[in-house]
Amino acid sequence: MNREDFEVLSNNCYLDSAATALKPKCVISKISEYYSDYPANIHRGEYDIAERAESEYNKAREIVASFLGARNDEIVFTSGTTDSLNMVINGYFKNILNKGDEVILTEAEHASLILPWFNLVNELGIVIKYIKLDDNYHVTIDNLKDVITDKTKVISLAQITNVLGDIRPIKDICALAHEKGIKVLVDGAQSVPHIKVDVKDLDVDFLAFSGHKICGPTGIGVLYGKKELLNEIKPTRLGGGMNVSFDTPNEIVLKELPLRLEAGTPNIAGAIGLGEAINYINNIGIDNIYKHECELKEYFLDKVKDIPYIHVYNKVVDSGIIAINIDDIFAQDVGYYLNKYKICVRTGNHCAKLLKNVIGTDHTIRISLYLYNNKEDIDKVVKLLSDKERIMKEMLV
Amino acid sequence: MDVETKREILFDNYTNPYNKVDNEIDGYLKVNSNNESCIDNINIYMKIEDRIIKDIKFSGEACAISTASTSIMIKNMIGMNVEDAIKYVKNFMNMINEEPYNDTNFEEALVFDETYKQASRKTCATLPYRGIIKLLEENK
Repeated sequence: MNREDFEVLSNNCYLDSAATALKPKCVISKISEYYSDYPANIHRGEYDIAERAESEYNKAREIVASFLGARNDEIVFTSGTTDSLNMVINGYFKNILNKGDEVILTEAEHASLILPWFNLVNELGIVIKYIKLDDNYHVTIDNLKDVITDKTKVISLAQITNVLGDIRPIKDICALAHEKGIKVLVDGAQSVPHIKVDVKDLDVDFLAFSGHKICGPTGIGVLYGKKELLNEIKPTRLGGGMNVSFDTPNEIVLKELPLRLEAGTPNIAGAIGLGEAINYINNIGIDNIYKHECELKEYFLDKVKDIPYIHVYNKVVDSGIIAINIDDIFAQDVGYYLNKYKICVRTGNHCAKLLKNVIGTDHTIRISLYLYNNKEDIDKVVKLLSDKERIMKEMLV
Repeated sequence: MDVETKREILFDNYTNPYNKVDNEIDGYLKVNSNNESCIDNINIYMKIEDRIIKDIKFSGEACAISTASTSIMIKNMIGMNVEDAIKYVKNFMNMINEEPYNDTNFEEALVFDETYKQASRKTCATLPYRGIIKLLEENK
């Protein structure tokens, strides 16, 4: 759908949206418009174009808040999911966790959700527990219960994982966690662009996502947090835009949320571009996008089901991420081969470096779908993957 | 060299890499070389006696081009003295980076004479060279 909005599709078959989504013309125009027509800083500008910049920036926050079912002051603009997750882990959890406290993760998580916790293992002596994934690599409530103890303080996981694309039962996880006083931090990088996410319905404590995976620009992301929890975050960055006044080190007054967590000049163009991207997604309808991706995934699975040397790691997964390998061929070589035909896929470990413990390989070919993909894209990639001899030959030179 | 010949050489070196071993080698100099953006990750083992490279072996996992390039490098480099091996590495890097080079002792390594056209393959082809140059410089 809407392929005409993405110029790069005229000469590329783009199947790497889990890495970054393409940007529709309207988003590019919106960003360009900021830089050409009202390229002023926000905060305190007593002139028209600064007022407009401020207004557009605030409007972008309202769009994000409405998209997630949150309040405006619960939406903090960050540089991306990694920034958001680090802000919560280092600015909040680091201050309330103690030696021996337990944090629950899975081995399928992205580096951005594993490494900040590893850091706290080293700094504070917290303990990480991993939920055992079931035979289809899903998180189940029963398996989660197996690792919860009276020392568990946090459950921290992606809503949709970036290699296997499984959707976690976040609402049930939150309900169980909150019964036991456990906080839930959700990486929404792969979910917010693809499925309806209502933070109040899910009852998550914190949720992070990136603009660039939802057709917005790079360098902008969002941290959602329940207001009372966001207020507990100690800003890891201080500077202009986030303080009311200061005289001495003992007399610093910070602004209210969300500005107290947005030190310095923010990524104004990025936020405005993200707002436009969400408008674009809303116009198409997130549920329509999700349905479309699932149909394409089923179409792919059906086409490769009789090709013996194509190994699909995540057949039983309801999202548009497909992780495969061609038997005996290094994923990267397949990626190189497909690139000859202007087919863009990602190969390697996809920053989920613990996942090899679960699926038995540290490299896969990841095909990830979005609204602009169609059956012709699938036909093209399947045709090329269905001739192993050709792959072996053409991957070399 | 035509494309078919290149494919044949690359295929042979990929499927039957020269001096590839499964285990650690004792008594050799050792260096790791990896490509951070992918999972190419090899250990190179080298034995130098009287400034002559007596043997090189490698272990690990890498893509077809990295594996073939390592295999070819090892074949060419065994028997060279350290100074000539350093010159050989620099010469090879020049070829990959589209700079003037001398191909008199390249032999099979000439399969990479057009790799400069394939941005994503440049890091693959140079994987073993970026590792072995460290050992050579340390032992010159």
